Amino acid sequence: MAYEITLLTAMGIAVIFALSLNLITGFCGQISLGHAAFYGIGAYCAAMITKSGLPFPLALAAGFLLAGAIGVVVGLASLRVRHDFLAITTMGVGFLFLGIVRQQDFLGGEMGLSGIPSSGLSKPAFMALVLIIAAAVTAFSLYLKRSWMGYVFDSVADDEDTARMLGIDVARYKLAAFAMGTALAGLAGGLYAHNIRFIDPESFGFVESITVLAMVVVGGIGSVWGVILAAAVLSVLPLWLQFISDYKLLLYGALLFTVMRFSPNGMAGMVTALKRRNRASASRDPS
Amino acid sequence: MTALLSVTGVTVRFGGVTALENAGFDLQPGELLGLLGPNGAGKTTMMRSITGVVTPQEGRITLEGRTITELPVHQRVRLGLGLSQQIVRPFRSMSVIDNVTLAAGHAKTLSPLGALGHRHRDVERDRARELLRRVGIEEMAEAEPSSLPLGMLKRLEVARALALDPKLLLLDEPLAGLNHLEAGRLADTIVALNESGLSIILIEHNLSEVLRICQRLVVLDNGRNLAAGDPRTVMDDPAVQAAYLGSSAESQESAKESADA
Repeated sequence: MAYEITLLTAMGIAVIFALSLNLITGFCGQISLGHAAFYGIGAYCAAMITKSGLPFPLALAAGFLLAGAIGVVVGLASLRVRHDFLAITTMGVGFLFLGIVRQQDFLGGEMGLSGIPSSGLSKPAFMALVLIIAAAVTAFSLYLKRSWMGYVFDSVADDEDTARMLGIDVARYKLAAFAMGTALAGLAGGLYAHNIRFIDPESFGFVESITVLAMVVVGGIGSVWGVILAAAVLSVLPLWLQFISDYKLLLYGALLFTVMRFSPNGMAGMVTALKRRNRASASRDPS
Repeated sequence: MTALLSVTGVTVRFGGVTALENAGFDLQPGELLGLLGPNGAGKTTMMRSITGVVTPQEGRITLEGRTITELPVHQRVRLGLGLSQQIVRPFRSMSVIDNVTLAAGHAKTLSPLGALGHRHRDVERDRARELLRRVGIEEMAEAEPSSLPLGMLKRLEVARALALDPKLLLLDEPLAGLNHLEAGRLADTIVALNESGLSIILIEHNLSEVLRICQRLVVLDNGRNLAAGDPRTVMDDPAVQAAYLGSSAESQESAKESADA
């Protein structure tokens, strides 16, 4: 039972993290290659707070807020640039985060932070907390997708210039997506830090950014259920199979490339295409 | 009567090429104005200066007396400009009616937080359907834009611009690429919109339709004002005839380059 609890907790955290990037990349169409930095900001912030003796809920809230605040600053600086430039800029932010953390003694430098205090919850209770938050983030994502904000995000992802012609303040909407996405990544980071209770810069490096992007793209850009499924599967595979863990960047990079090349709408897109084909063949062949 | 739109002394240069030079005109409320000129005369640059895609180096543009020269596109739209573009750009990921519904929800999309607080689209969808009926493509409401011919997409552009409840509708070559019958029908729709009180600027190459429906013309050539006035007088002007018949082919060629730049 303990093993399943560990697995479900890891899955739940991955789902929250993947859904946070889905707000930015899936809903609003802005590619980020440095999302793990915000996961890391939340993790380090929350760990520092519980290590200084303050309560765990406060740590989670602080990780959420700090990641979101830094997300807004990064967003203000980088959302004016377009698509491919944004990918490069966010990748730069990811490396910048690593560079800074590695140099700070109070953050443990290369060695990372160990001895992060317990959340005070038992393992099953911590798992329940993670799953409740994951469910809440899922519900929020589903609501957002159907709200007018989701509607505007669709238009921004489709064609920014035309969205402007409809009176839409594109920069503000992108910033809103960035603020929400980075804050939720920070929340996931706080949960991660108190689940593993040890963090180091490597846990939030480029490999993590690619992994979470693979979850969003493989699941199907913008599809909430697709992303949840992809996050659940891709987060536990490395725990089951050592060789996947060893070659994560290679495998997930290849997966990312393959899906983008052959099924740009991910698993959700494949399901839609299959349904359409079945419907088409059914209408052609009424028997 | 104060002008609804006033364009004064607008100059636009792209690098060393001058696309508009000291050009301008006024539009009175309720007018249907035709903006004409040979290829490369600067018509589209003028339209882009008004919508804010291009910022003029010199000159002033006011809408209802308010200077909008430096405002970004989306703010000008919020002040009452609606644009139907020359090259149709529907959101291809949305159905026809969803394209128009999004524009009809302009009050709900003003700020991200406000947009997050609203979910229902019924009122906007009804309005969108009414506008699609008005431009004559109601039966295409659920279709994907990618599957529609150009004539329908031109009408979609107009419906989407109307959904913004504009004070001034800018139509950039809405008739281009349409056959004679389609062009006549869309031109009639434009007249009906104008008669319902909407002010319209029409950029168009289709001279016969322009002369048929516009109350007043402004003609640009080489980025400058060439003539303005009622259609008959303007078309009888020897300078206009020369520009259109291409007696100065060389100057047209250089103007074309400047527009392409």
